[in-house]
Amino acid sequence: MLPTLGAYEVSLIVIVSVNVMLALSLNIITGLCGQVSLGHAAFFGIGAYASAVLGNLGVPFLVVLPLAGLVGCLLGLLVGLASLRVRADFLAITTMGVGFVFVGFVRKQNWLGAEMGLSNIPDHGLGDAGFVGVCLALVVAIALLSAYIKQSWLGFGFAAVADDEDTSRTLGIDAAAYKVTAFVIGTFLAGVAGATYAYFTRFLIPGAFGFGVSISILAMVIVGGVGSIWGVIVAAAALTLLPEFIRVVNDYKIFIYGVLLVLTMRLSPGGLAELVGRLPIFRRKAHQRSSGAQP
Amino acid sequence: MTDTPTNVLTLEAISVRFGGIAALTSVDMTLNQGELLGLIGPNGAGKTTLLRTVIGVVRPTQGRVFLRGDDVTSLNVDMRARRGIALTHQIVKPFRSMTVLDNVVFAAGHAKTGSVMRALGTRSRTEETQRARGLLDLVGIDRYADAFPSALPLGALKRLEVARALATDPKILLLDEPLAGLNHIEAERLADTFLRLNAGGVTMVLIEHNLGQVARICPRVVVLDNGRKIGEGATRDTLSDPAVIAAYIGKEVTHA
Repeated sequence: MLPTLGAYEVSLIVIVSVNVMLALSLNIITGLCGQVSLGHAAFFGIGAYASAVLGNLGVPFLVVLPLAGLVGCLLGLLVGLASLRVRADFLAITTMGVGFVFVGFVRKQNWLGAEMGLSNIPDHGLGDAGFVGVCLALVVAIALLSAYIKQSWLGFGFAAVADDEDTSRTLGIDAAAYKVTAFVIGTFLAGVAGATYAYFTRFLIPGAFGFGVSISILAMVIVGGVGSIWGVIVAAAALTLLPEFIRVVNDYKIFIYGVLLVLTMRLSPGGLAELVGRLPIFRRKAHQRSSGAQP
Repeated sequence: MTDTPTNVLTLEAISVRFGGIAALTSVDMTLNQGELLGLIGPNGAGKTTLLRTVIGVVRPTQGRVFLRGDDVTSLNVDMRARRGIALTHQIVKPFRSMTVLDNVVFAAGHAKTGSVMRALGTRSRTEETQRARGLLDLVGIDRYADAFPSALPLGALKRLEVARALATDPKILLLDEPLAGLNHIEAERLADTFLRLNAGGVTMVLIEHNLGQVARICPRVVVLDNGRKIGEGATRDTLSDPAVIAAYIGKEVTHA
């Protein structure tokens, strides 16, 4: 299918896929349900380490994928339940703490390679083309799932909880259940992304799942447009590829992510999705929507 | 109506303290099936706090809340809402990220959103949208259906509160100053809507400063002052009770 794909192209496709999966998974928690997480890399990491351990036990890659998701969402369930009493900025700090706890824990575990890293991850056995195919299939599946959730009554409930949790409760919404569900789905998908990453690099170090990674994922969601599926996909792909293609971007990666975050917040809080929505060709539709209501 | 009206809501010796301030002191109240009860009193009397205690946003320091005989004092807001209590907020709280129509559609989907799994399994909003349009029409703000709440005047947002609460098919509807900010004609029309809904079986508690409308539509009132119940009974008699008049006079009397 893809006979001319070199190692470099394969790595680009896989890394973009992993980042798109991560951004889409955080988008369910932060974008759709409004729960800010600054520790998403921990769920990515636990999925990666879990798949390394499972892979070494002889579990085949395609079985490891969902299992890594389950391990990720087990931790997500715990964090989600623990986070029910904290909101907004407190939740952000709590999830940041979870991120640090994860890295701090792995650094000291010899069976997980500690500081030296874990390098004996088995081959996925699918070949480059097969693995790329799995990555792309996962991205499409997660994008479709996100779109479905957004249109479902679950997504409607997420939007209400994100907008005004207390008011949603007075309408009979079990806001706690909705928030935990968002965490479980989002962290499951992050765990799957972790397994994909682990089988691709076949080498895991704790630093690959640090605070900077959590912030990068959040930057992709915010720059793309919180809640917008296509916006998040475009932003995740662009923020992953730009440093690859433009050397100076790579040197100043965190600097540029930071500037983009500030600019997004200042100029277009709805991110790329809002910016495109303001373009003339899309404006007429939006205008009709808001002005059709005038008395 | 039967000779022994069914008691749907009982508040038993409710006291609420916020820090050192007693917002409510040992208030008893009962609500009968099909009743339209007026809850009146000067500003700061504790009326809103009492309604918030009924739906569970405020937890009483002492006392118990019974819904159809069940003690619901320990139940969360959402559990009580799913048992059929709905509240309209005095200070409007629309979902600002949704259109006016979607605010009501969402509330109308309570059977689907009551369980997360059912919510995940369903997408169709056709029925709910139809229902929501009908409710917007009922409260007279159908022309704003596709607008966002930020574009609406206060009077329309007040009515959105009512439409959204009605969309949850409440058995008990708690209305916190729904007529405030409406002109005379609008107020009369919305009050008539309440009468019609009440005749259709919805039990209601109405907090209102517009005593003219209260006297017109509520057969019975409860009067609060300073967190205590100072009067209760048939509206005409109670409004002419010297103690009730004294509570209003010398304070801010709000007539619409």
